Amino acid sequence: MSFIDAPMTPLDEVRKSPSRLRSLLSFLRKHPQAAIGFVILMLFVFIAIFGPYFAPYGEREQVGPIFGTPSSAHPLGLDDGGIDVLSLLIYGARVTLIVGFAGAVVAMLVGGSIGIISGYFGGKIDNAMMRTTDYFLVLPDLVLMIVVASIWGRSLRNIIIIIGLIYWTFMARLIRAQVKVVRERAYVKRAQALGATHTRIIFRHVIPQIAPLLLAQTVLMVALAIFLETAISFLGLGDPSVASWGKMIETAFSRSAISYGAWWAIAPPGIAVALVIMAFNMVGTAAEDSLNPRLRVSHLARRHFRLRPLPDKEPPK
Amino acid sequence: MRAGWSYVGRRAVFALITVLIAISLNFVLFRLAPGDRTSALRCQGCTQEFKQQLRIDFGLDKSVPEQYVIYLNQTLRGDFGRSFVTEQPVISELWQPIKNTLPMILLGTIISIMLGVTTGVIAAWRRNTLADKATVWGGILFYSLPTQWLALMLILYLAGPLNLPTSDIADPYLAYSNAGAWAEFVDRLKHMILPAATIGLVLFGEYTLIVRSSMLEALGEDYILTARAKGLSNWEIITQHALRNSMLPIVTLVFLSLGFIFGGTILIESVFNYPGIGLQIYESVGNRDYPMLQGAFLLLTVVIILMNFLADLLYFKLDPRVTE
Repeated sequence: MSFIDAPMTPLDEVRKSPSRLRSLLSFLRKHPQAAIGFVILMLFVFIAIFGPYFAPYGEREQVGPIFGTPSSAHPLGLDDGGIDVLSLLIYGARVTLIVGFAGAVVAMLVGGSIGIISGYFGGKIDNAMMRTTDYFLVLPDLVLMIVVASIWGRSLRNIIIIIGLIYWTFMARLIRAQVKVVRERAYVKRAQALGATHTRIIFRHVIPQIAPLLLAQTVLMVALAIFLETAISFLGLGDPSVASWGKMIETAFSRSAISYGAWWAIAPPGIAVALVIMAFNMVGTAAEDSLNPRLRVSHLARRHFRLRPLPDKEPPK
Repeated sequence: MRAGWSYVGRRAVFALITVLIAISLNFVLFRLAPGDRTSALRCQGCTQEFKQQLRIDFGLDKSVPEQYVIYLNQTLRGDFGRSFVTEQPVISELWQPIKNTLPMILLGTIISIMLGVTTGVIAAWRRNTLADKATVWGGILFYSLPTQWLALMLILYLAGPLNLPTSDIADPYLAYSNAGAWAEFVDRLKHMILPAATIGLVLFGEYTLIVRSSMLEALGEDYILTARAKGLSNWEIITQHALRNSMLPIVTLVFLSLGFIFGGTILIESVFNYPGIGLQIYESVGNRDYPMLQGAFLLLTVVIILMNFLADLLYFKLDPRVTE
């Protein structure tokens, strides 16, 4: 077997370039894992957008006793302030997802532009930028975040900026590697020879090529951002004025839900976070798998050259 | 060999420069904080003149570059200032928490390696079976759980049935009752097991997925076929051929996450009220104890840089081809 045997996309299929919706659908059909994740995500996005319209109770409305047990009126019970946990969960979805998306977008904008500039121009600029990235990569993210958050003050905007500033490094590295590949392609060289400006080449030829990868990475980044949001809220550095899942875990913990045995105040927000993070990871890795050409080659290699079915399937003795 | 030493040298220089940058960043970050060290001081009846005198004592009336040089000088001599709360030198205040945290992190890492390697190897060996699928999904699940939430769940569901303590590092009564070293050791271990299990489970998800994929890669190599042809048992093939060769990514990962788990202890130790470096940072945030935060941040960064450097060295030892 060789590379030639590897399935290649026929040329006319490449030219057809199906509509975006159709390509999304076919992507989901090919990756059932991504489809499950996508459905979960859409559900949560729906809750985040329309949640306040169908939440059974208010966000700050005391509707029963402190840590009231789950009942038919309150399926997930009440929290330390007698507020309905299910309603809080629905309201919190919005803030958590906003922080996740916005943090990831900041990381994408900062990391993406640095990656593109660094990869496209190469040379000294590239060297200087990548060295800087190397140094930022080793800083302990959680500690840096705490330091910055405690200096800048507690607000949603600060958390978003901090998340973006911490995670841009991953993005910059990946995008740079990809841009370096695109830069060497014939059509970019041709555009250069025709006298196109750098701005034009970057916007017309480079960015469209790396956009899918950028998107996949952003999706993965959202999961990380949500993770960090819960962490920073838990440490009491979150925005005090809004309800988020991270803050729900924090208040349940600090108002000793554990000694009340009130699992319903702690478990649901954590499960919600885990579900969303899992969904983002499922969609993101599937997208990365099918978009990152380097990964694809190694997958091909693994599937076609390396992995042979093992003769027997005995467990290790 | 020459190429090897130049590689080690390059990594060492990189580590040193990173430390220097971390020190400088520390200066800049805390200089950006609103107010200065005197306005953060909580002293009753402080007059403006007294504060002005303090500013001169702290060297805050000097220009920023001058302050930077003074700061660099102090830091390199290991002087991180004094805690606002206890008014003891930061370095001695950080020492005890670190001694408390280290064994817990080690125990947690051992748990995660044991769990991750076992399940990862079994999953790779029995590819596409139920065990494999369960491992992959379990790995993804544990990778997605918020650390602090997992810790709370362990307290809620494991601490009761297993009769484990959920707070502090040792039973204060044991010290008075002369229970003996063994009883004290068991008590410390009991206090350590839940935080360590949290670390173990959080890391497990990542480890098992990496072990599985690198084992899958190794199992497809030709030398496995040779080993099989030689008539080696499955156990020998796995431990001496496949696992040995897939150790490289695993070892590096362990070192890298060992550094980052120091940051993760902030969440874990604040849940378990375990008096380590993480709880110290958590309390310093609450107290606005900037010198402590500054010292802890620098310390953790240096630890991570050191771990990175060790990972590089180990990588070189395991696979000398990295220099090419």
